[in-house]
Amino acid sequence: MRLAGHDLACVRGGRQVFAGVNFALGAGEALAVTGRNGAGKTTLLRLIAGLLEPSGGRIELSGGRADTSPGEQAHYLGHREALKPALSVRENLDFWYAFLSGRDASPASALDAVGLAGLSALPAAYLSAGQRRRLALARLLVAPRPIWLLDEPTAALDAAGQQRLGELMRAHLAGGGIIVAATHGPLELEAKELKLGSQDALDPTGAPSVLAGGRRGGARPQAHPQAELPTRDPSPPFASLPGEGEKSR
Amino acid sequence: MSPLRALLVRDMRIAVRIGGGALMGVLFFLAVVTLTPFAVGPDLALLRRIGPAILWLGALLASLLALDRLFAADHEDGSLDLILMGSAPLELTVATKGLAHWLTTGLPLVIAVPVLGLLLDIEPNAIGVVALTLLVGTPALTFIGLIGAALAVALRRGGLLLPVLVLPLTVPVLIFGVSAADAAIIGPVPFGTPFTILCALTLMSLVVGPFAAAATLRHGLD
Repeated sequence: MRLAGHDLACVRGGRQVFAGVNFALGAGEALAVTGRNGAGKTTLLRLIAGLLEPSGGRIELSGGRADTSPGEQAHYLGHREALKPALSVRENLDFWYAFLSGRDASPASALDAVGLAGLSALPAAYLSAGQRRRLALARLLVAPRPIWLLDEPTAALDAAGQQRLGELMRAHLAGGGIIVAATHGPLELEAKELKLGSQDALDPTGAPSVLAGGRRGGARPQAHPQAELPTRDPSPPFASLPGEGEKSR
Repeated sequence: MSPLRALLVRDMRIAVRIGGGALMGVLFFLAVVTLTPFAVGPDLALLRRIGPAILWLGALLASLLALDRLFAADHEDGSLDLILMGSAPLELTVATKGLAHWLTTGLPLVIAVPVLGLLLDIEPNAIGVVALTLLVGTPALTFIGLIGAALAVALRRGGLLLPVLVLPLTVPVLIFGVSAADAAIIGPVPFGTPFTILCALTLMSLVVGPFAAAATLRHGLD
């Protein structure tokens, strides 16, 4: 299985979030997406999940089930945990187990794995932020998905929780999975790094032409200044933004 | 359990829990119908004549009451992202949510009609007819409302827009629902004519609503 992004660009609210992002991941590899606030880490994850359309470039997934999109083969763990406060911990997890056609682990054992076994009857409204995060992580365990898209997975987790998350991620990678994680802190595993937003001011004049030219079709934005940067080299399997050189400043 | 069935069960469970929208519609319906005799005065003949219209108007407004939260709540807690990524076709998912909403807010209105009809001095067999028109007509209200509920997500402050966008679309349902009830009670038009059109409107909305709502959700996310 191989997940790759080629020359991805995204425009949100008329603003160019990033452009020329390349990455490639094979089975058992992880990618840590880093960058300042607003650099587009979440946006990149949502592009891969299929929740946003790239304004340029394309995302390729080869080796998975051919008839499904990358989004259908991915777990997305966003900032919001997708929990219903009125339902109990167990009811929340049971729903996602059924909705995601889970087969791997039973909801009970997944709750056990994230350390929430004793709270299964408690309404989710009473969970702390860290416990909510743990419950969201349990969702990843109940349904098999080869790609995990994790947005700040360690946020709100205590030390034991972070260690547990590291174990779960390593087990996923060992099983041939792929992880793309947006993070500020260190992940507890070997990961490639993709640094977003190393250029602070993207030329605002470039944005309209991208909007007009690249939607869906993946056509290259014509007037975008970054596209002409000579440093960009598409051949290595993993490359960062065109402004990669500035990283070393 | 299949994904869609799980979604149906979850939505109905949330609706009947504390803070859910199931009882809100019925209580609003009750308020409209009980206040009408106070507003109109103790003129039984008049109440009997406008009774079906009052019931329909109350049901229409009550069924739109909780509708703007249908997708907005899932959007706010992140569930909608996962639902959109799911393997079930979005049209069916949206229709399932609509069905769950109707079962928890539309159907209780129909069940409440026999009780509330008494307050408006409607004849027992006429109550049956009004309940029948509401049973057929309220799904149309919910499924037309799906479009507005999806727009409420796509357009941020959509909660305000929902009644403005949805109410005009529900006018035909209201017209033919009330005229079917009136036709059965007063005549002279045969009951079948407006009732068949009401059925047609419902069937149409069952198809158009989910497709339009799904398209709105797909293109409105960011």
